[in-house]
Amino acid sequence: MSKTPQTAGASHGARSYPPRPEAVYFYATCLVDMFVPEAGMDAITLLEREGVRVIFPDNQTCCGQPAYTSGFPDEARQVVESQLDLFPGDYPIVVPSGSCGGMIRWNWEKVVANDPALKARAAAIAERTFELAEFLVHVLDFKRPDQGPALTVALHTSCSARREMGTLLVGRELLARLGNVTLAIHDHESECCGFGGTFSLKHPDVSTAMVSDKVASLKATGAGQMVTADCGCMLNITRRAAREDLDAGRAAPSLPGEHLATFLLKRTGGKPSGEHA
Amino acid sequence: MSARDRILAKLRGARPAEPLPHPDPAPHYATRARNESKAERLARFRTGIEGFHADVHVTTEADWPALLAKLCRDKQVGTLMFGANTPAGQRLQADTFGDISLRPWAGQVEDIKADLFHRVDAGFTQTRGAIAETGSLILWSSADEPRTLSLVPPIHFALLDAARIHPTFYDALVSENWAAGLPTNALLISGPSKTADIQQTLAYGAHGPKELIVLVINAEGDVQ
Amino acid sequence: MSAHQQTSTGGKDAGKPIAFVSAQALRERMHDAVNDPHLRQSFRGAMDFLMAKRAAQFPDTDELDSLRSLSEAIRQYSLSKLPDLLEQLEANLTHNGVQVHWAETPDEANAIMLGIAQRHAAKLIVKGKSMVSEEIEFNHAMEAAGVGALESDMGEYIVQLAGEKPSHIIMPAIHQTKQQIAKLFAEHIPGVSYTDNVDALIQIGRRVLREKFEIADIGLSGVNFAVAETGTLCLVENEGNGRMCTTVPKVHIAITGIEKVVEKLEHVAPLFSILTRSATGQAVSTYFNMISGPRRGEDKDGPEEVHLVLLDNGRSQAYADEQLRKTLQCIRCGACMNHCPVYTRIGGHAYGTTYPGPIGKIVSPHMMGLEQTHLLPTASSLCGACGEVCPVKIPIPELLIRLRGEANSEPHANPAMVGQGAGHNALTSFVWRMWARVHARPGSYRAFSWLATRFRAFTPKRQGGWTAARTPLQPAPRRLRDMVKDRR
Repeated sequence: MSKTPQTAGASHGARSYPPRPEAVYFYATCLVDMFVPEAGMDAITLLEREGVRVIFPDNQTCCGQPAYTSGFPDEARQVVESQLDLFPGDYPIVVPSGSCGGMIRWNWEKVVANDPALKARAAAIAERTFELAEFLVHVLDFKRPDQGPALTVALHTSCSARREMGTLLVGRELLARLGNVTLAIHDHESECCGFGGTFSLKHPDVSTAMVSDKVASLKATGAGQMVTADCGCMLNITRRAAREDLDAGRAAPSLPGEHLATFLLKRTGGKPSGEHA
Repeated sequence: MSARDRILAKLRGARPAEPLPHPDPAPHYATRARNESKAERLARFRTGIEGFHADVHVTTEADWPALLAKLCRDKQVGTLMFGANTPAGQRLQADTFGDISLRPWAGQVEDIKADLFHRVDAGFTQTRGAIAETGSLILWSSADEPRTLSLVPPIHFALLDAARIHPTFYDALVSENWAAGLPTNALLISGPSKTADIQQTLAYGAHGPKELIVLVINAEGDVQ
Repeated sequence: MSAHQQTSTGGKDAGKPIAFVSAQALRERMHDAVNDPHLRQSFRGAMDFLMAKRAAQFPDTDELDSLRSLSEAIRQYSLSKLPDLLEQLEANLTHNGVQVHWAETPDEANAIMLGIAQRHAAKLIVKGKSMVSEEIEFNHAMEAAGVGALESDMGEYIVQLAGEKPSHIIMPAIHQTKQQIAKLFAEHIPGVSYTDNVDALIQIGRRVLREKFEIADIGLSGVNFAVAETGTLCLVENEGNGRMCTTVPKVHIAITGIEKVVEKLEHVAPLFSILTRSATGQAVSTYFNMISGPRRGEDKDGPEEVHLVLLDNGRSQAYADEQLRKTLQCIRCGACMNHCPVYTRIGGHAYGTTYPGPIGKIVSPHMMGLEQTHLLPTASSLCGACGEVCPVKIPIPELLIRLRGEANSEPHANPAMVGQGAGHNALTSFVWRMWARVHARPGSYRAFSWLATRFRAFTPKRQGGWTAARTPLQPAPRRLRDMVKDRR
């Protein structure tokens, strides 16, 4: 019936994918731009290595999600409206963060719904917006030989990727294609890490309880590191783990985390941008 | 204006101009219909209700009264209450039951309440049918077999005709057109009463019967 | 009867009427709950159990999808005809001999039921499980008028003995351990000594309550589905106490919200199926009771009078808005709370509302007003687990966002909700306006992000809730856009 993320459920799996394009728009969003640029850079490198030209619209700012989910729809609308002109060509839009992808795919339309013309443009943009891992698997059929040593990793799939983008399996698929990497499934794998944007600021007690449990579950797998395709979750989980390390006086990080793009690039012989930084 | 009028006025003022299309449950059930034999249907019913801790005995039209008597003896039933004016009730003869007191329901519940709560060990009822999908008995209460007969005594014996097992609840209420006339109380029963309210630990015999025993007749042959 | 007492898990507001529970103390209650290791452990265990049970009921995802879509369609269809169906229900119930009453507020509902009780000079009302009776604080209202109201659902009975409120809409005593219950029974029930054997405890409850069923003047119940075309009240239960309450006493009063009506009897089958499977992971409940009137004709038992009280209490407010109306699709299965990571960590009492968990966050604001509830919708990470499992596909996260907006926005004329703007804060609104200014103008954003990265050393080390448990965030030395430019 209505195409809200919550109602779509398994029907997300039925999404049809375009053929391999000549170019893509890379929509990094504010979090990647300012806080985890190396993940964005590595995603761009990955895409280019697959022979896809990457266009980085310089006027990109934010998907509007922080205001939207905080209950400031008008502020979200202003930001979304400013972003609708960024993708004039017919290329797919690739987003390296599940929650920003979910915002574009499901909520841009709602945010500008009062203006039918804008709504139609938002809907057209939503149709060609893909989360990075989803794009790598379904459009580019990313398959490169694993050049790294044997390693066990744990994967955190963000709630947005899982429930809004319906891409809970693509992260696993990408890891499964790496011959020397073993995926360790943590307990309560589908549970939220407790970030939730302003939730982590407004309700720190519960948010902390959630992220602490997530860190404990991930560590309990014995995996050498955590991989995720969502920067919000990544910062939440790794900064919590770092704090635990700090409090315990541990020098080496007990739960290093990496964006899936960085991890894939490293494993397949690419040079991650963070290494020279 | 009364509360009724105010509530209705508010709802009227806000409801959609056109009601949504009527949802038809039939396709959901039709696409999942099983082409199953009577024996398979009985087997599904049995698996279901046994999973809910009921005992099921397959017997025959001729033998069930004797089996009931035997089960009463095994369970040390002192008094069995039943509806005397039903076809099944008329089959219960004192000589088959020996020492067990066979007590037909008589009068209004108020007349026999104390006995029903404290002196009747088991109640016997017929059933209207059953549901294979969930392992449920269908009971329609009547003057002959009042509601409390299957509720208050600690043991409930129920007689089921295997030919009257429906695949699903939906099939039962549609094929028999229940909407055309329901009794004051229609009931699905799936096992003895139970609760998991203490630490999710399942315990039987909460407020209703502690045991449910189903006697199945007419299990032979296939569905007509 | 209910001597108020504090328990470690119940919290200090556990037994108070909702009206006296401070909304502003939500954060404090959440803090206490989340730091109670005993509570954390028992809820985590219980929710894991319920989630696994539900999952086992839906091995066939096609069947689940189909049944969810059907159930959603039935609920939405019913709501689209709600006023007509209520009138049809009333006409058919009246024809069946059931007396129908309407109440806009909890006080009206209690007055109606107290009137019935007084007319019968009732001393004792035995109650089957009814969340609407909790919603209107029925027990307090009756006790204040000298009429005993005794819960008979085992969980509700335990909670009442403890002077608490349910912490879960399906499993009211889920926060109590068997040892706590054993102690409670030994302290409160004459002649009972301590046992933490669950079977023994249930048999004690059975014995005590059977005496009450026998002598009670009135039985009270809720309603799971009310069928308009037949005038039938449907009740889902496992224990048999619902049947006792609706069969043995001379008077049966059912109370329900106005949204619970469906048009046709055939609509009940799929809803019943998805309800029990979603709620407790049972293929079916032990009893499904369809009541279509009092004792009549030749009937030998059943109540001589049956009453239905239809309660609004904010539901018509939700109904008036197309989006908020979806709140009323709820069939009260509790799956949203079972799957909620917040509920799992704080339990039901911390919310301070009759209905806890995700459904409570979206329904309570209509019942109590946003003034008292505006913080509730913020207590969610919007992870979407609730919406994913909802059997009638209520878009709970979307409604939470809407309610945040209703609370945040400046108070205005003709609001959609009572208490609109109750969470409005001039400074917060200003910050978001500034945020929008920066991000809606690419030039401003570029300037802002350039400054933030170049002057990253000045990033505050204390970042509110974030650094309560995490190392601080700091912008990267250079933005992605800088790295992209450099490379080209």
